[in-house]
Amino acid sequence: MNEEHKKNDCLFYNDPESLLLESGQIINGHDIAYKTYGTLNSKKDNAILICHALSGDQYVASLHPITKKEGWWERMVGKDKPIDTSRFFVICINVLGGCMGSTGPASINPETNKVFAVNFPIITIADMVKAQVRLIDNLGIEELVSVIGGSMGGMQALEWAASYPERLKSAIPIATSSRHTAQNIAFHELGRQAIMADINWNAGNYKDQNTNPSKGLSIARMTAHVTYLSEASLTKKFGRKLQDKTDLGFGFDADFQIESYLRHQGHTFVDRFDANSYLYITRAMDYFDLEKTHKKSLTEIYANSNLKFLIVSFTGDWLYPTSENLMIVRALSAGGVDVSFVEIESDKGHDAFLLDEPEFDVCLDGFLKSL
Amino acid sequence: MITLRKDLDLIANLVEDNSKVIDIGCGNGELLNFLNKNKNSKIQGLEINQKKVNKCVSKGLSVIQGDADKDLGLYPEKSFDYVILSQTIQATLEPKKILTELTRIGKRVIVSIPNFGFWKVRLDLLIKGKMPITSKLNSTWFETENIHLCTISDFTDLCDQLNLKIKQTVTIASNKQKRFSGKPNKSENIFAEEAIFLIQN
Repeated sequence: MNEEHKKNDCLFYNDPESLLLESGQIINGHDIAYKTYGTLNSKKDNAILICHALSGDQYVASLHPITKKEGWWERMVGKDKPIDTSRFFVICINVLGGCMGSTGPASINPETNKVFAVNFPIITIADMVKAQVRLIDNLGIEELVSVIGGSMGGMQALEWAASYPERLKSAIPIATSSRHTAQNIAFHELGRQAIMADINWNAGNYKDQNTNPSKGLSIARMTAHVTYLSEASLTKKFGRKLQDKTDLGFGFDADFQIESYLRHQGHTFVDRFDANSYLYITRAMDYFDLEKTHKKSLTEIYANSNLKFLIVSFTGDWLYPTSENLMIVRALSAGGVDVSFVEIESDKGHDAFLLDEPEFDVCLDGFLKSL
Repeated sequence: MITLRKDLDLIANLVEDNSKVIDIGCGNGELLNFLNKNKNSKIQGLEINQKKVNKCVSKGLSVIQGDADKDLGLYPEKSFDYVILSQTIQATLEPKKILTELTRIGKRVIVSIPNFGFWKVRLDLLIKGKMPITSKLNSTWFETENIHLCTISDFTDLCDQLNLKIKQTVTIASNKQKRFSGKPNKSENIFAEEAIFLIQN
């Protein structure tokens, strides 16, 4: 697998040091797969870290090796784009626990020479960030211009700003939350149960048996995908339109376009994502609660931080709604922190941060230029 | 050099260099931008209209969406060197509470108001018997956001009642300004179209 990624200019950092996790467990040496864009200047002060979301990876602005689709944030990252690679050195890291080259449950446990599977330790957002800091250290970068991320990427940005404020000039958490709500956890639990109910999951040991809980993972993805959209966007895109049919089929085939679309989303996802990784990463998000981890109120966590924040939310996002983002804004204001907040008008749901929203681009561009 | 609307320019003149400033109801961020670039101020803005907020942020200004009537309680005591409320207090639900909040969060407070005691305003009401429409108050009674209009005297009375000390006043009438140390002369309540107060408590 890693050989595949190397062919795609993916870089690897073999971190030899042991990593103490939030759970108290230790990973003895791990790999971090990452991509970079642009050039690191001689003072090493033009780097931006982009943190990916649950189903994202390091291929933020280049062709994906498996799907052969363009990078997931290609419209935001590149020459003369808001995150301008002729000015910034952009780093995007596959999270610890991921399945695109960084050490995760699909990796071989060097102590047993077997796939980790569910013997991989539970990781948290703070652990992912800790591993990222090690890579940034290794690259000799003392201060990042910004750490930017949407959804789970936003959680990483918040954790960076909470634990390593002296390493950042700014943080841009987008469409995110300071802790997972009951509704967020509920949807993730649906996904995990679907995976674990698949007979091929086999208590996590499917790699050994050369099987894959594709059905379960695909249902997990279908459920999650609905939460990334909105009623308005679903109605606009699909309505009650039928798929290659003129009338109802009176059966359980995909009559409706929305069914066919979701099935397609599920199918393509299993080709590029590991089911156990999905369990671990959703767990990390569910465990995310800044106030609990830092044993302080949100205001106290960030009080008098010297970095600038830009918080962004979208009106049609019901998964990480404006109210959740505003909680962070209020806490920052109360702590006397330099904060900007924009709410972008969009009916595209949570996924809006990945889609074409010109006003969002302009805000991000203006903020980065002010740094 | 950026040129500013006259009243904003007069406000900017009251702000010392290198200060920490919040502009409540900052609109498109004209004043904040000026203070940031020309006075090296550390700026923050609060604006109720999200579209205007987005405009400010796209100019690189630190602005959040919020409501002066609800959100001032967020800020810690004396967290700003200056709190600016320009042509906004008359549009708030509870001006007295807001003024108290402003002096809590800021070491100094700058408030500007359209003067409802201005002679043209008085004349409109006296002769036409209708709600006045002037260059500063240019909306009809049913469209205006100004639900708590006041005169210069009304405002200085409220400051007295709250034990707030007016350090300086600048009055404006037909683009001419007058400066007063402390409160303005009584006659300004008739001749000034707007007034800017620097308050310290």
